[in-house]
Amino acid sequence: MNVGPEKTNFILTVEDVNKTFDGFKAITNLNFYLNRGELRTVIGPNGAGKSTFFDLITGRTKPDTGKIEFGWDIDLVGMNEYEINRLGIGRKFQTPSVYIDHTVFENLLLSLKGPRGVFRTLFHRTTSEQRDRIDELLKLIRLDAKRDLRAGQLAHGEKQWLEIGMLLAQEPQLLLVDEPAAGMTDEETKRTGELLISLSEKHSIVVVEHDMTFVKQIARDGKVTVLHQGTVLCEGKFDEVQANEQVRQVYLGRGKH
Amino acid sequence: MSAATLRKIEIGAIAVIALFLVVVLPLLNSHGVVSNFTINLWGKYLCYALLAISVDLLWGYTGLLSLGQALFFSLGGYMMGMYLMRMIGDLGQYKLPIPDFLVFLGWSELPWFWKPFDSFGFAALMIFLLPGVVAFVFGFLAFRSRIKGVYFSILTQALTYGASLMFFRNDMLMGGNNGFTDYKFILGHDIRDPATMRGLYVVTAVMLVLVFLGCRWLAQTKLGLVQRAIRDGENRVLFSGYAAAHFKLFVFVVASLIAAIGGALYVPQVGIINPSEMTPDKSLEAVVWVAVGGRGTLVGPIIGAISVNALKSWATRAYPDAWLFILGGLFIVVVLLLPGGMVSLPGRIAAWWKGRSRRSVDETTDAAAASEKPVVTTGTP
Repeated sequence: MNVGPEKTNFILTVEDVNKTFDGFKAITNLNFYLNRGELRTVIGPNGAGKSTFFDLITGRTKPDTGKIEFGWDIDLVGMNEYEINRLGIGRKFQTPSVYIDHTVFENLLLSLKGPRGVFRTLFHRTTSEQRDRIDELLKLIRLDAKRDLRAGQLAHGEKQWLEIGMLLAQEPQLLLVDEPAAGMTDEETKRTGELLISLSEKHSIVVVEHDMTFVKQIARDGKVTVLHQGTVLCEGKFDEVQANEQVRQVYLGRGKH
Repeated sequence: MSAATLRKIEIGAIAVIALFLVVVLPLLNSHGVVSNFTINLWGKYLCYALLAISVDLLWGYTGLLSLGQALFFSLGGYMMGMYLMRMIGDLGQYKLPIPDFLVFLGWSELPWFWKPFDSFGFAALMIFLLPGVVAFVFGFLAFRSRIKGVYFSILTQALTYGASLMFFRNDMLMGGNNGFTDYKFILGHDIRDPATMRGLYVVTAVMLVLVFLGCRWLAQTKLGLVQRAIRDGENRVLFSGYAAAHFKLFVFVVASLIAAIGGALYVPQVGIINPSEMTPDKSLEAVVWVAVGGRGTLVGPIIGAISVNALKSWATRAYPDAWLFILGGLFIVVVLLLPGGMVSLPGRIAAWWKGRSRRSVDETTDAAAASEKPVVTTGTP
């Protein structure tokens, strides 16, 4: 764990954030700091506010109060989804969200970093560098053999990987990953974990996850944040969190791990 | 068959059909083989085909079910109609140099906004400008507020209904419920002359071919990919840095222009435009054409528009009272049994045939199910 001078090197700062939906307090006084290059795992029971947390960062919903900053001083509050994405924040959804009617190649092409304007898109020509980059990504997500298949024809786990590949194509600085292992086989889950760990060398990553074996695999000796009722219950290494009495009560104590 | 051969066959088929519509049919007409009535009827069908493409560009390709495309069709038609009304000159019932309905309303002079329509060039400009601006303003507001799905459909329907109520009013000075009719000349040619009719038909056919090729090009650009991506996963598009609203606005304006071209060519060929052309049921009819032909394809809406209207021409004579039931029934049958429309029929038959012959060879036929899977249809039902 990096502490001390590195503390000023936050890529994401979430401070005193509150969000209420029709009287329901989804997020209460949430504070969350992520270091550049950190891989953070966020766990919490259903309804703990994990998805709302991602929604707030990515511009889907606006906080009632509080501060959300990216890097040194970029205020994310008030920006919309595509503006925030263009800054370098990629988000993976819980259910694989890929373009089912497009080929795997086209899915990646649409995600490649580059101009996003209407007319630039209209007159876009794919360069050989872009093709090479896509081929590179295809290898990384192990879909090179399925390049020209429609994404809708992929297996569930492959779709999850394709979506991760699409995120990487955007070359984001910060990756927000929502339950990447949902619906995967044990073998796929393990490989997804390895992929995320290898990515953490170049990116800052926040992973929301339910599966405790998976959390243990990717958290290693990094920090785990436990959300409960829209606020941070505790933060620490996996073993510490697991041993925490409060955490056991609200989450792990349910015996579902 | 490889993808390249299929592509060659496809291009060949398009060329043959285009040649038939643009060259062969008019030639047969000038030699008396095809009647003037038929050529006029086909001119009308092809205008409807343009409207159908406009609907499909939004519904089939972008997942936006617009129930207001007849508005843009009519606006294009009205702009052409204003020019045609001016070309009547003083040959109207009142023998005055302004349109009859204005005389009837007590006007002795032309209202200011009518004046420039003496020029065909100005009218041609307005055919694009007015529907384009209306689509831009409406689309800007709707897409910025993230109105989608059924709400978008209802709003577009309300838009066209509101416009029809406006045009029904006499003090709009656009002919009220009678609209514009009794045209005499277009660009100096007698509008009832068979040669003029044939000319209008040829222009329509050429326009349809150009629009078809343009849309085909559009579909294979990266913008076309984004368009279908919005249909299949708008969230992913937004979270990939694309301003989905801008893309939808672009497509909405393009679609409105295509409908407007259709309307502008429709009016001189049928000889009338009135506000009933922009009532919501006209837009709904166009949606049925697209569903029947096959949405999400470019050939589908053309086939749908022609075949449903051919059926209508026949049914409204043979069973005038039953037509709406036939139309509704057709829609239900297609949605339930043939979601891919008529264009999906050959593929379905081929898959069925394949499955059958395989069955006769081998008793275990699980594999057939995979190839029989219908095309995934998405968007708002």
